[in-house]
Amino acid sequence: MIKLALFILFLPLFSFVFQIFSFRRFEEKKGEWVSVGIQFVTLILSLVMLGMMLSKSDPNFSLEVTQSWLDLGLFKIDLGVYIDNITVIMLVVVALISSLVHLYSTAYMAGDVRFSRYFGFLGIFTFSMNGIVLSNSLFMIYMFWELVGLSSYLLIGHWWEKDSAANASKKAFITNRVGDIGMFTGMLIIATVLGTFNFQLIGERIHDGMWAANAGMLFGGIEPHKLLTFAGVLVFMGAVGKSAQFPLHVWLPDAMEGPTPVSALIHAATMVAAGVYLVVRIFPFLTADAMATIAFIGGLTAIYAATIAITQNDIKKVLAYSTVSQLGYMIMALGTGAYVAGFFHLVTHAMFKGALFLASGSVIHAMHHSLHHLKDHETDPQDMRNMGGLRTKMPITFAVFMVTTAAISGIPLFSGFLSKDAILAGTWNYAANVHDGWLAHLHLAWILPVFGFGAAAITAFYMFRLIFMTFYGEPKQPQIFKHMKESPKVMTIPLIVLAILSLFFVFTLPSVNPISDHGWFTTVIQSPESAVTTGPAFDLEHFEHGMHEAHIPAMVTSLLVAGLGILFSVLIYLLNKISAEKLAVKLGALYRGSFNKWYMDEFYINGIIRPFLKGCDAIGRFDLDFYDHYLINGWGRNTKRTSRGVGMADDLIVDGAVNFAGIIFQWLGWTLKFIQTGKIQNYLIFVLIGAALLYVVNVF
Amino acid sequence: MENHLLSIVTFLPVFGAVIIALIPKEKLDIIRWGAAAITGLQLILAIWILYIFDFSTAEVQLQEHYAWIPAFNIEYFMGIDGLSAPMILLTALLSFLAIFTSWNIDKAQKGYFALFLLLDAGMMGVFSSLDFFLFYIFWEVMLLPMYFLIGIWGGPQREYAAIKFFLYTLFGSVLLLLGMLALYFISEPHTFNMLILAEHSSQFGGALLLGMNAGKVIFILLFIGFAIKVPIFPFHTWLPLAHVEAPTAISVILAGVLLKMGTYGFLRISFPVLKDATLWFALPLAILGLINIIYGAMAALAQRDLKKMVAYSSVSHMGFVLLGMAALTPAGMNGAVFQMFNHGTISAMLFMLVGVIYDRAHHRDIEGFGGIAKVVPIYAGVTAMAFFAGLGLPGFSGFISEALCFIGAFPVFTWITIFATIGIVLNAGYFLWAYQRIFMGELNSKYEKLEEINNRELFALIPLAIITFFLGVYPTPMLNLMSSTLNHLVEAVKTAGMVAGL
Repeated sequence: MIKLALFILFLPLFSFVFQIFSFRRFEEKKGEWVSVGIQFVTLILSLVMLGMMLSKSDPNFSLEVTQSWLDLGLFKIDLGVYIDNITVIMLVVVALISSLVHLYSTAYMAGDVRFSRYFGFLGIFTFSMNGIVLSNSLFMIYMFWELVGLSSYLLIGHWWEKDSAANASKKAFITNRVGDIGMFTGMLIIATVLGTFNFQLIGERIHDGMWAANAGMLFGGIEPHKLLTFAGVLVFMGAVGKSAQFPLHVWLPDAMEGPTPVSALIHAATMVAAGVYLVVRIFPFLTADAMATIAFIGGLTAIYAATIAITQNDIKKVLAYSTVSQLGYMIMALGTGAYVAGFFHLVTHAMFKGALFLASGSVIHAMHHSLHHLKDHETDPQDMRNMGGLRTKMPITFAVFMVTTAAISGIPLFSGFLSKDAILAGTWNYAANVHDGWLAHLHLAWILPVFGFGAAAITAFYMFRLIFMTFYGEPKQPQIFKHMKESPKVMTIPLIVLAILSLFFVFTLPSVNPISDHGWFTTVIQSPESAVTTGPAFDLEHFEHGMHEAHIPAMVTSLLVAGLGILFSVLIYLLNKISAEKLAVKLGALYRGSFNKWYMDEFYINGIIRPFLKGCDAIGRFDLDFYDHYLINGWGRNTKRTSRGVGMADDLIVDGAVNFAGIIFQWLGWTLKFIQTGKIQNYLIFVLIGAALLYVVNVF
Repeated sequence: MENHLLSIVTFLPVFGAVIIALIPKEKLDIIRWGAAAITGLQLILAIWILYIFDFSTAEVQLQEHYAWIPAFNIEYFMGIDGLSAPMILLTALLSFLAIFTSWNIDKAQKGYFALFLLLDAGMMGVFSSLDFFLFYIFWEVMLLPMYFLIGIWGGPQREYAAIKFFLYTLFGSVLLLLGMLALYFISEPHTFNMLILAEHSSQFGGALLLGMNAGKVIFILLFIGFAIKVPIFPFHTWLPLAHVEAPTAISVILAGVLLKMGTYGFLRISFPVLKDATLWFALPLAILGLINIIYGAMAALAQRDLKKMVAYSSVSHMGFVLLGMAALTPAGMNGAVFQMFNHGTISAMLFMLVGVIYDRAHHRDIEGFGGIAKVVPIYAGVTAMAFFAGLGLPGFSGFISEALCFIGAFPVFTWITIFATIGIVLNAGYFLWAYQRIFMGELNSKYEKLEEINNRELFALIPLAIITFFLGVYPTPMLNLMSSTLNHLVEAVKTAGMVAGL
């Protein structure tokens, strides 16, 4: 199984090397089938692994191999592969979406200027994503974490001629790095206290009391439990960046500048879920306070992003905010202790959101072709206000959209219903039964179900709004509409596959009860016990019971709110009973706030980035124009000035004295030369005068 | 085993300089290829030295030990250990590659290559000598060719930059000389032998100099001397100017090798000889490291001149070295020296790449380009790789050394390390922002016919790229080389601290 995993890990890397270093021009459309083939091989290998795992059906199955990598004698870092049921399922998800996206891209990206570069970077992305999934240590995850960041950067900036794409790629990388600082610091805390980055060892050592014993060596004797909370929240910051949680979510909507299949693969199904996966991995070390923080951030993100998705007109932007919101759900689930539900939603979401993005790509592709046909370069092919009535033109895309929208909205018979319902039950249980953690202490635990159910209602509303605006009603641009047609088979087949995988029974077999998530998935994935021994943490025993009780009321409520959301959507966008424009005017500031994403970007740019860059500018100028110019060169100038002074003094006084003496003697000589007349009489007189003087001196 | 490999590797370039001086200046190709041959041979010898070097021990190897000026107990003493070995490799490698970067020097080539080889000899000598006096001689010998190389073959402000570099460094040299003499006169018997000085390290803590603790006074004297080379804030302002004005190959040598001499000096002399003072100064050193990291990165963000940006990025990256070594932990110390090596290769790449674009566009204004990835895709790709290596992406060696510095420093200087991690974001900021402005966006119509990077330029870059990548994936060979010596050094300083009750 380890060998299989290593093949799955490294095969995509060959795809990268093949595409980038095969010395062809990037626009040549050759060799893409090599990459597609490699992806499908990894898919088959991962399905083999899934089969092996299901035949065992052991929730505690795990495998680990470690290899020494960096050894300084007194300090070492190992790399290794850790495989358990979660790993296998993640590998299947990544391989599946990645291979479907590869296939889809052969048509979607046809004729692109950097065709093979695109496939190469898909390869390196898949490699690094598999690396995250297989890592057995925080350090190794961090390395691959940065590498998926790189591939995300490269693919968002695929069309870097556009400033918006170039900006978006830079923004994604840097925003992620902000989260990564936290993750890195959290890692440093853990490694310092426990002396390891390995997940299993971290768990064991915390459990064995090593944390309690060693934590005091940091921050001047901090209380161990508090430090563990810090460490958990800091590592979680990495997930806040990568999984686009509030307040670091701002990069993800902009990332839609990348090609749509990339949005499906990286920015919806897999990479952004890496943050959720990270929280799954650190779940056993989270304290009650850390979990409360995670739940709160997740819940806030879920509702916050949903409120933005309502008013967006760009079809991809709606889906992007929807992704942020759904990721919030997963994070919130893990924070409330609904471990299985959180991971379950990750998997179901990967299928239906992948499908939604690819389906929107199908629409955009058709729009592009139509616009191209009309030689129209002005109209935005992604703006839903230019669409309408497409269900007759693109029946397959429409059907897929319907199925997956039903799934995301939480309608029974579809996968999203099961996972979302489990999450909502988790929040219900949290509010009712949990007494540890700051949310409970502040009596704020009820806010989680409010966030959860609220977001569920809004999700149903905006998703049906999207469907109605795109596929129903009269075509808003009859000219464009006329030239629209269904996408080719390589694009629709992935859609159909993912739509089928959005049906509930995929995850519940062998059981086929549409309102219970009981099945193979819940058999192999079970909540781990908390390793935390320093204070309050996740309490598995009470949790199971509470979840069971919350199940039915949560389900009924969720159906109600989703129904309400759909009803409003039908009234406004299908039947036009309520005018959207008038509603927008009536809501005023609320509408504008939502439309402008609650001004978060403006806040970051004007509140943080600009002032900071001004500060940098000031430092840059201080360094050369002030510090260097006045202080350092000032030394030089002063030395020069002093030297000149010394030089002048030398000239005037020392040299002057010498010269003065010279002048005196010169003068003396000059005067005295007149004495030298050459007349003997004069000399005799001088001799006489001299003798007389000597006589006088001698006598007195 | 008695052999003279280190002397040969050091004086080979001097021999080469003499030969080049004898070649008529019209025979340009012979001069260039001669210089390449000499440095190539030196590189082969350096690799040979590493091959026979036994990295499992902290012992000094390949020793050459002769009395030189017996009246003052001055010795000709050379040898290498795990600290100097990577530096010798780095010097030989960058000297060889920089010859190819110097190919299109357009005036007085003969003088240029002769001086270049003298500079090479000086650098090699600094890293090989174990007698402080000898070390100082080489340290000074290097200065003069550098002065002329910047002052004659540099950019428009070359004379100002050269004199500034010269005076700045000379100022440091004077303090270094004072510190050296103080060590000589306090040690009993008087000696310049670094190994003996290190053994007698406790003598300096006890003695008085100007009524103060001699160890601390000498440490500060040496510190300023070395700090100017690193450069450590606030002694760094010669660097942007010298870098900007120096010809490309000299910038490569400056950033790649010369800066390392400062931190090398700390680890070769200050740390082992003045152990108590080292512990006393560890915290200030870590704080200065933090300032270097943040201040350098912020100043880099503000630059519009690409070469200045890269120069300030050096200030930032050398901060990691300081932070790592100040921690006095195995991870930190190994990280610091590994970072010295990695910064050598990465900044060399960066300066070479700046040179490539400057040769073609005759300016380096980051705002003055735009979209040129379209016309020079290979150059854009190589630059992207170098920038990502520079911002510490995993898979490149810089990531590992920076991470080791952080890991090593965290238990000792927790808050300083936490603030230093901000540097991770800032580094990404200036590199990616510069990349966007130069390579992305609409193509600036002025550069539609920009010439792609040529094979000679690629020849100088690719070995560095391969090393950076290889050590990023598999750092063990380099870390093995240094870890015995460095762990021993950490141990020695720590033990001295325990004895002194610190």
